Amino acid sequence: MYDAAIIGGGVTGCMIARELSRYDIKVILLEKEEDVACGTSKANSAVIHAGFDAKPGTWKAKMNVRGNVLFPGICEELDVPYINNGSLVVAVEEGEIKILEKLLNQGRVNGVPGLEIIGHDELMKMEPHLNPMSKAALYAPTAGIVCPYEFTIALAENAAINGVEFRFNSPVIKIVVEDGAFIVNTPYEFVKARYIINAAGLFSDEISKMAGAEEYTVTPRKGEYLIFDKKFGYLIKKVIFPTPSEISKGILVCPTVDGNIFIGPNSNDIKDKTDVSVTREGIEEIIEGGRKLVPELPLSGVITSFAGLRAVSNTNDFIIEASRKVKGFVNVGGIQSPGFTSAPAIAETVVEILKEEGMDLREKQNFVPTRPRKYRFREMDNLTRQKLIEENPAFGHVICRCETVTEAEIVDAIRRPLGAKSLDGIKRRTRAGMGRCQGGFCSSRVLSILARELKIDPRQVTKCGPGSEILKGGYKEFIAEKDMDEYLNTVEVESLSWKGGAADAL
Amino acid sequence: MLYKDLVIIGGGPAGLAAALEAAEQGVKDVMIVERDSGLGGILQQCIHNGFGLHVFKEELTGPEYAQRFIDRLENTGIEVLLDTMVIEITQDKRIFAVNSKKGVLEIQAKAVILAMGCRERTRGALNIPGFRPAGIFTAGTAQRYVNIEGYMPGKEIVILGSGDIGLIMARRFTLEGARVKCVLEIMPYSNGLTRNVVQCLEDYGIPLRLSHTVIEIHGKKRVEGVTVAKVDENLKPILSTAEFIPCDTLLLSVGLIPENELTKMTGADFDANTQGPMVNQWMETSCEGIFACGNVLHVHDLVDFVTMEAKLAARGAARYLKEKDGAYRQMSVIAGEGLRYVLPHAVGVEKMLDEKQNFFMRSTRPMKKAKLAIESENGTIKTKMLSYVKPSEMINIELGKSEISKAAGHLKFILQEEGASDE
Repeated sequence: MYDAAIIGGGVTGCMIARELSRYDIKVILLEKEEDVACGTSKANSAVIHAGFDAKPGTWKAKMNVRGNVLFPGICEELDVPYINNGSLVVAVEEGEIKILEKLLNQGRVNGVPGLEIIGHDELMKMEPHLNPMSKAALYAPTAGIVCPYEFTIALAENAAINGVEFRFNSPVIKIVVEDGAFIVNTPYEFVKARYIINAAGLFSDEISKMAGAEEYTVTPRKGEYLIFDKKFGYLIKKVIFPTPSEISKGILVCPTVDGNIFIGPNSNDIKDKTDVSVTREGIEEIIEGGRKLVPELPLSGVITSFAGLRAVSNTNDFIIEASRKVKGFVNVGGIQSPGFTSAPAIAETVVEILKEEGMDLREKQNFVPTRPRKYRFREMDNLTRQKLIEENPAFGHVICRCETVTEAEIVDAIRRPLGAKSLDGIKRRTRAGMGRCQGGFCSSRVLSILARELKIDPRQVTKCGPGSEILKGGYKEFIAEKDMDEYLNTVEVESLSWKGGAADAL
Repeated sequence: MLYKDLVIIGGGPAGLAAALEAAEQGVKDVMIVERDSGLGGILQQCIHNGFGLHVFKEELTGPEYAQRFIDRLENTGIEVLLDTMVIEITQDKRIFAVNSKKGVLEIQAKAVILAMGCRERTRGALNIPGFRPAGIFTAGTAQRYVNIEGYMPGKEIVILGSGDIGLIMARRFTLEGARVKCVLEIMPYSNGLTRNVVQCLEDYGIPLRLSHTVIEIHGKKRVEGVTVAKVDENLKPILSTAEFIPCDTLLLSVGLIPENELTKMTGADFDANTQGPMVNQWMETSCEGIFACGNVLHVHDLVDFVTMEAKLAARGAARYLKEKDGAYRQMSVIAGEGLRYVLPHAVGVEKMLDEKQNFFMRSTRPMKKAKLAIESENGTIKTKMLSYVKPSEMINIELGKSEISKAAGHLKFILQEEGASDE
């Protein structure tokens, strides 16, 4: 019997898992995909918002401002790159200045520190590539950026080290209440738990209904993005917003912690909660939006496009509450923007709710706040590189040349807690395949390493879990399958000497 | 720190030819740094024939062509570092590289030849709408899976782009038992060599659909099909012509990009059209003593021309090591009307390596008959009639020393369609 079952391995679920792992309880997290951060958490703007957008008094406002304060410390503990670059809401038209003033006041009420409206000259000095027609901007020095999947993975790794169990490819298909506890069915097992925390993102409405708790709806609101080559990273340093509309903060131009720039998202309510396709109209819309702020954005510099879905509840605010209908069931739904920023504050709140609901929470003596050391070869100086290669030659074998990712880092990504099982898993943990050639060079090499490390046939290696096998055509026809099996069994797989995870290398 | 007279970055066809030629020119201390575990570069996965018609006057496969050079390395004293990735190069020719055995290597070279080749354009660069499932490969990546590793990425294939690798892979997949449904080309003409269209598509009954492109990719986990449509004169899809083609794999053969991340670290001047560095008649970049050849300089369609260009760069480097006289630019070379680019970007008659100089160029569009004129401030130097000019087939023109010496100020190449615009 688990004390708590968390449904959903996005940033909210993983943050709650990490918070609960501070206490002496048994926690399990159920995720329907093959990895954490596979839904909204992997495809969003990754901005740590200052907190002036939301109406005072809402969950969004409270959680955002508190989350913004907590974020840098968590990133430091977990060795996740965080850049406090500040944000600008830019008024391109004279008439928009009124909106800046409204946001400024709203932000002050929400308790956002350091907000100020700056004029054209100062603005252009801050960001010389901005639209020269820009009139003024709301500057928020506390805004920042982070890599959303790296942050989520770090939380999950840390939670796992502290004893939280994770189950992947485990969609919840049924929830029954029996003797004051829940029995949660996945295709593989029955999980018995005293409390359920529903952090199922786009599907949290369905989970709530399944448990017989309060009914609400979650509508997917699609946002599309384009990412630019790092060589255009010089264009912008801060997070650049247009003035917001009723439903969205608008199409922004934003640097990433890795030195790229992205533009997006647009905002369209759709029906299918799995429709992350990019549309032609969407691409045109975000290019137009991005160029309104930064006219020089070069179309030839786009390296990839993607879409993410915001989980918009019918209350238009976050839903963070214990069910009054089903004892022990806590809803954490409708976590749309600024949901990422809010995650640390939401997790704090959930802990409080669980205490109120009678969960016995005693702090562990041996909680580990960090995760195994993360190696980023591309960021090291040559002396450190030399030392690492001497200890582990796999650091001298560069696999992804665009992002300078070594074999050791890829092996480490597989062997870490909750290690990567697919090409996308490797990509999100190491950036291999995320550069300008988009895996053209390294994907076949990463595939071989995955097969070798996971001891599976290369044909079983997937892009992102079952059904996304890369080598769907199997072996070439002239190679009879049994010959190949024999061959594979006799050939010693070439492997660089490697002892233990990279965490042990130093 | 290691000290070398000449370091060549890349052990593909350009790097190999450059190293051998440099050794032949008497350069003693030559080193090739190659990131892969063997030499030959992309030729090793090009198991089809058609290589070497110009250089060897016979038809070889890619690995055979590479082997001709690899075999000659013995007893030349050329040092080869394999599995070694160059991560940095400075303007003063200091190179940082890593490998598993030695760690971080620091090499001070007197001269450098850049021969890093190119990479493929990807789906992202095209902004094709739809999902991002497994089953989308660049043609070269698919070629590696099939020819080197023995796997089939898929069985029902649509190819977008009629670049040469895509055409070659259409045939390869067919021979390996897959079904290639069609090759789509957004332009009204093929982007590959005519011989490849004939030998790889027509001979196998694979339709080439010109003025067509993919407008959506279907399938959440794995490609399930593509929607294709005809495009108008402005290359915009005509939505009323949209058609769904079921397939499990989409191959992209939509262009190659010179891989110049290292070159940029040297601060060399670039040509926006080739996406490679600007070079003089010795294939020397604007950084003294740093030379470039092969696909890193501009994308070639025939490896034979890569070999020729690499030899030129090697001779330039040998000359530089002897004379210590670099970055020479007397007269600029300009690509005029009808031409996307002309290489080299500068020539000077006093310091030519030979009695003649080769110029490489590409047309902006196909022309049945065209007149190439080479002009300078004091009039036309030379004209030449060309037939069946295509952007995908590089034009190679030789000018003699006496012809170049007639020019003043600059050399401007102009390509004009002759006679008909009946197409």
